[in-house]
Amino acid sequence: MKTLVICAVNGGEHTVLADSRDTLLELLRERIGLTGTKEGCGNGNCGTCTVLVDGAPVNACLMLAQEAPGRDILTIEGLSDGSGGLHPIQQALVEHGGTQCGFCTPGIVLSAKALLDENPSPTPQDIRHAIAGNICRCTGYDKIVEAIAAAAIQARGP
Amino acid sequence: MKDFVYECPATIEDAVAAMGAVGARALAGGTDLIPQLREGRRQADRIVDLKRIPELTAISALTDGDVVLGAAVSATAIARHAAVAVSYPAVAQSARLIGSVQVQNRASLGGNICNAAPSADGVPALLCHQARVRIAGPTGRREEPLEALFRGPGQTTLAPDEILISIVLPPPAPRSAAKYLRFTPRREMDIAIAGAGTWLRLDAAGAIAEARIVLASVGPTPLRAVSAEQRLQGERPTRGLLDAAGRLAADDARPISDTRGSADYRRSLIAVLTARALADCCGALNVEVAVS
Repeated sequence: MKTLVICAVNGGEHTVLADSRDTLLELLRERIGLTGTKEGCGNGNCGTCTVLVDGAPVNACLMLAQEAPGRDILTIEGLSDGSGGLHPIQQALVEHGGTQCGFCTPGIVLSAKALLDENPSPTPQDIRHAIAGNICRCTGYDKIVEAIAAAAIQARGP
Repeated sequence: MKDFVYECPATIEDAVAAMGAVGARALAGGTDLIPQLREGRRQADRIVDLKRIPELTAISALTDGDVVLGAAVSATAIARHAAVAVSYPAVAQSARLIGSVQVQNRASLGGNICNAAPSADGVPALLCHQARVRIAGPTGRREEPLEALFRGPGQTTLAPDEILISIVLPPPAPRSAAKYLRFTPRREMDIAIAGAGTWLRLDAAGAIAEARIVLASVGPTPLRAVSAEQRLQGERPTRGLLDAAGRLAADDARPISDTRGSADYRRSLIAVLTARALADCCGALNVEVAVS
């Protein structure tokens, strides 16, 4: 069944014709065209589809599109300020080599952003806990953790 | 996946009416239900989203000392709630074990209960605290012990047109503490091969007045380790006593062998986890566990 979904994504309002069975992931990728959010497992295990809903990381594959109205959704595209520059967490991942194939990176960036928004001084253990739901099959976790720690230090300033 | 209608009622009465339709399924966090629907393990003609109902999305501390957890409240909200963290730390800690941060931000304790997985991490601590559940159906509301709700893997005693409204935690007894420990190959994002929740209440002299032990992943439902509980009653906690209770809990367990572990391995884990959880309860109560 087709249904109209009105939702707020990356600060803009979208009115989209969706299937009643669409997940938020399908809404973002296939109806709105925001393909930065990736589908890995499709059942909540891998975290590649992580987006922020009202600031909290969730798996977009585990939420129905019809649950989106009234929520503030942020995808990886929404981190860009439009100038072509990278978000400081993305910049830190580049500098520390915290990305290999890159498929998990959008989800990792958003999990890290949610962590740093709440906890500006995370321990390495806090960082590992925050990204435990984001699987990197290249297994480059150490550099990812280093990059997030560096981004935290940079955000706190001198 | 079969097509379905999505509804988001604002009252319990409307939700119960919606659940009366053929093929209706309640949706809280969706972390179990949505993959089950997508993978064809469950079918639904109608999805009844419970997250707009105030009673299901609130945590409230009542004047009589009970704390009421709305069935659709997220695991994250439960873990962060001050009254839960102070009075029921084992419940808060268990909520933080479910899946990942992403899953905890969606998954509800009510869903963890109604999905009725024997491995549900949210359940043993609730049973240790003698939680009750409030249920609404077409004939009105009822309250019963949480323990009575579980029928088997994936099965509860809820009728198809009933919904779980809330979980009621009675005030913690003086000189009591609870702890849930599980074993997983991966620290996070994993399913317990075995888990043990323990609760102790000490008398004024420091002996164990009462004990409750609830085992996870070693039976068709969460399981009370009754002979282990009885062994502890009236005794002073010693290393030897806690180990003996662990061995009895292993005997009380009814595990199967599957891809995650053999029945023998699960029994061994139960002995260790039970003794450790009991020692943690003693630690929380500032009671030294004598060596012999």
